Amino acid sequence: MSLATQLSSALEIRAAVASGEASAREIVEATLERIEALNPKLGAFTDITAERALAKAAAIDASRARGETLGPLAGAPFAVKNLFDVVGLTTRAGSLINRDRAPASADATLAARLEAAGAILVGALNMGEYAYDFTGENAHDGPSRNPHDLRRMTGGSSGGSAAAVAGGLAPLALGSDTNGSIRVPASLCGIFGLKPTYGRLSRAGTFPFVASFDHLGPLARSVADLAASYDAMQGPDARDPAQTARPIEPASPGLEGGLAGLRIARLGGFFARGGEAAAFAAVDRVAGALGATHAIELPDTEAARAAAYLITMVEGAALHADRLRDRADEFDAEVRDRLIAGAMLPGAWVVRAQKLRGWYRERVAEAFRDVDILLAPATPCRAPLIGQKTFVLDGREMLIRPNLGLFTQPISFIGLPVCTVPVWTEGVELPIGVQVIGPPWHEDRVLRVARALEREGVVRAPIGELA
Amino acid sequence: MTKFEFDADRLIEASLPLLGVQLAETSHAAVKLHLETAERLWRSVRDVPLDDVAEPAPVFTA
Repeated sequence: MSLATQLSSALEIRAAVASGEASAREIVEATLERIEALNPKLGAFTDITAERALAKAAAIDASRARGETLGPLAGAPFAVKNLFDVVGLTTRAGSLINRDRAPASADATLAARLEAAGAILVGALNMGEYAYDFTGENAHDGPSRNPHDLRRMTGGSSGGSAAAVAGGLAPLALGSDTNGSIRVPASLCGIFGLKPTYGRLSRAGTFPFVASFDHLGPLARSVADLAASYDAMQGPDARDPAQTARPIEPASPGLEGGLAGLRIARLGGFFARGGEAAAFAAVDRVAGALGATHAIELPDTEAARAAAYLITMVEGAALHADRLRDRADEFDAEVRDRLIAGAMLPGAWVVRAQKLRGWYRERVAEAFRDVDILLAPATPCRAPLIGQKTFVLDGREMLIRPNLGLFTQPISFIGLPVCTVPVWTEGVELPIGVQVIGPPWHEDRVLRVARALEREGVVRAPIGELA
Repeated sequence: MTKFEFDADRLIEASLPLLGVQLAETSHAAVKLHLETAERLWRSVRDVPLDDVAEPAPVFTA
């Protein structure tokens, strides 16, 4: 086992670098070796920033040698979905078209903040084209592959982010989540993923998809890594107009606080049908461990999901209108055809869908008066096969690409914070995730519950045993 | 009351010149399927009663 995987978590790496057990250079070299060896199988990385990473490692080692205090993530490798700007790289956002653009002249805010905390950027990651995807497949760069079964999807659109983390290529990755693009791949690849509250983390320096719903967040194999990276990335940024003016509210200090005082329920209705038995069994397991004995039903969730779907179609189409007109042949056909359909929808539909958003937010806020945490499946099934186009849910054949996010979409619609936790069943080689959902601005709470589940061994995120 | 049937083919035909988009023959069926899905989903959005004063602004605070 290499140093890169012996030190499984970002915080373990930080401790080893701080104590002198390992140098940042050794960590980076081991990480780059592992990426070189395994990336051809996983399709996780599209760019590897080896020179930059080695320079950053040297700076950290020099800082330690001078006796300086190291950052909270010092020496921990991380990578970013390739819609994040990285100095010197073209921000492709999973597309062919964007490769004509000039390389980025500055890092995205969140990448810069992780590096300011001592983390080391090792590359950019594969993703579904323009993030309009739940599969992790990419027509131009090939699919990202699930480290627990290379024949299967990672989920998307942050597929490379999940493959890198679950494959042990990096302990930490950043992704984006508009309708579920962190939570779906975290579920299918068996790792933890945090979608913070809408407006919590700056989106500056990333390529957008649906401004109304776009979120950024981390994926990791431990809850403490999620919390540490989330804490490092908080803070105001005038370059994102949707960002909150709230103060920094770190989650790490209360992470070991346990479940005391928390009222936890599972979501019924929409969230208890339309999936395979494995999805609901995973919720049963988590709910049982948390002592959540009752279910509540949110009103009109089917309509809420429908509204998110329509807003996504229309805002996505508006973003790409010029490219659809001038460069249609260069899109992934599956993405292009959805965008073209979105361009044809009546404006009144999307305005009403936005009205429904505010209405649904109020109904869910009422539910949170009686409960502190809600549980729901993250995906309706375990990872489908790469190339599979349809699945059968509740006896109805449906397209996979738009429907893997069936259970995530209503939650991001109203911007709630969610941590996806990975559940394994004995004798089954593939994981499936559960969403731990909190009220707005309570990332600390969802991470605290996720950590309690991890500590009790109910959820875990092992590195995939690659063939 | 007149009952209107959603006709995705007519919508595609009418929209393409307005959008300035060329649609390959091979894409027609996929675009039609996405429009029919959207229309089905729209019906569930339409059926939730909302006040005239309900806020439609897309700038949203969770």
